[in-house]
Amino acid sequence: MPVRLRAIVGYVLAMVTVAPLVWLLVAVLRPADELFEVSLPSRLTLDNLLYVLTEVPIGRYMLNSAIVSVAVTVIALVLHSMAAYALARLRFPGRRVIFSMIVSTLLVSLPVILVPLFLVARELGLLDTYAGLILPAIFHAFGIFLLRQYYLTIPRELEEAADLDGCGYLRRWWQVVVPLSRPVLSSLAVLFFLANWNAFLWPLTATRDPELRVVQVGISTLQGQYGSAWNYVLAATVIAAVPTLVAFVLGQRRLVEAIKTSGLK
Amino acid sequence: MATVADSGTAVRRPSGAAPPPVWNRRRREALAGYAFVAPDLLGLMMFVGLPMVLAIGVSLFNADGFGGYTYVGLDNFRQMAGDTQLWQSVRVTVTYTAAFVPIGFVVSLGLALLVRDHFPGVGLVRTLFFVPHVISLVVVGIAWQFLLVDKQGAVPTLLRPVGLGDTSFLGDPSLALGSLVAISIWFLMGYNMLILLGGLKDIPKEYEEAAAIDGAGAWQNFRHVIWPLLRPTSFFVLVNSVVGSVTGLQAFDLVYVLTQGGPAGSTSSVVFYIYQQAFTFNDHGYAAALTTVVVGFLVAATATMFGLTKGGRFDAG
Repeated sequence: MPVRLRAIVGYVLAMVTVAPLVWLLVAVLRPADELFEVSLPSRLTLDNLLYVLTEVPIGRYMLNSAIVSVAVTVIALVLHSMAAYALARLRFPGRRVIFSMIVSTLLVSLPVILVPLFLVARELGLLDTYAGLILPAIFHAFGIFLLRQYYLTIPRELEEAADLDGCGYLRRWWQVVVPLSRPVLSSLAVLFFLANWNAFLWPLTATRDPELRVVQVGISTLQGQYGSAWNYVLAATVIAAVPTLVAFVLGQRRLVEAIKTSGLK
Repeated sequence: MATVADSGTAVRRPSGAAPPPVWNRRRREALAGYAFVAPDLLGLMMFVGLPMVLAIGVSLFNADGFGGYTYVGLDNFRQMAGDTQLWQSVRVTVTYTAAFVPIGFVVSLGLALLVRDHFPGVGLVRTLFFVPHVISLVVVGIAWQFLLVDKQGAVPTLLRPVGLGDTSFLGDPSLALGSLVAISIWFLMGYNMLILLGGLKDIPKEYEEAAAIDGAGAWQNFRHVIWPLLRPTSFFVLVNSVVGSVTGLQAFDLVYVLTQGGPAGSTSSVVFYIYQQAFTFNDHGYAAALTTVVVGFLVAATATMFGLTKGGRFDAG
């Protein structure tokens, strides 16, 4: 296909792809009585957004989501990086078996083990707590796998230089390996933050307390509560999507790297 | 544990002498290794391994949802045979997968080929294809529900000229699953496009140039150069898509927000059905039995895959 034709097809398809989202954004800024009009809005208004911000505890939902997403991201990065360093670099009996065990958990997804996971969380007293939202979300083999592959490529000499200086393993990891893996760690940080901000199924299952409601559960509850008051439901939906889009714009290049490498198993 | 290791090694060396440095070093390295792996390993055992094992145990009981359990043997498994709603949900998942995987793959590959080479603004175009995937499935579900509202929504309104103005895209049992597939493709095409793009970038340009010199057209170039070399990546995307459509969040979140499994069970996927058994009807025993079957099925499928692909090498065979 000639370049010009490819470009035109590309532009058209890209616009069609984002049209539903643009439509949503415009709808939120429309006066309520024009919500379903297929035309340019007669005027733009912030009424819908302001109503949701003042009448719905969306701030609370966003705070809960932020607490959970940031906590999971930070803890997961630290633990996965440590485990991946050990699996890539340290020699100990059973290392290969442990690695295969970890990788084999990739085949199990949350929807599949949801019911027994709920029972485990209940027995541990984790239901309706922040810990219950955070802990089960941390452990996932993908990050460990990706970091291990990366650590295998770090030249041993760098670490051994640190060893001559008498560094312990903890300091070797923290002062040599972690700084060298900053790019891959930031890719994973974007990925983990987005996945947890967008998480719905586990928070829906593990919490009943409205004080612990995360933003995705919050907007899905509004959908039930406000039924046909679409203008408010949509306004809350748009607000919930803002941090996702900000994280995406800031971390786009890193995120794309992580996804591309995930295909190279 | 440390003391046992100490006494074990003490036998091997003359008393009073300093421990050989190599021994000491190796043991320190092993200890550090276990300590570094332990938190993740224990977490995975607790929140992934234990639930899988627990499912088998709970499947032998009937739970009343208030913490009371009665042993019922294999009754929960026997119940499945006559559970017509379960079989309908299996049909839904199979139909969804059979439609989503091939169509989604062709769309993603088409997009990847379109934006592989440079044209002005190609980076932005790639980004825009990927944007739907960044947004949560709940937002995606609510957005599309709004766009598809009967008669008034943007989609029926825009399609009125072609006679689809009164079509109920989510309310008609024969159309709802199709709508779900279309929305899933819109959500995931940019993600699969990126993975395929990674595969395309690895194909050396020289091969295609050589083919062009030999007089190969665009189709022949695709058929005989790109397609064979892209096979490992394609295979990965296809397997990933199958796993995603059977067990992924897309099979739950979208169904929950868009249709609640309806109308008439026409979009109730297997994972959504299990969720309902557990949390709408509080039948934890039956839900655990269903979980056990799904996990067993996944293990068997993975084992078969490994067998067929000679140890999971996607490029083999």
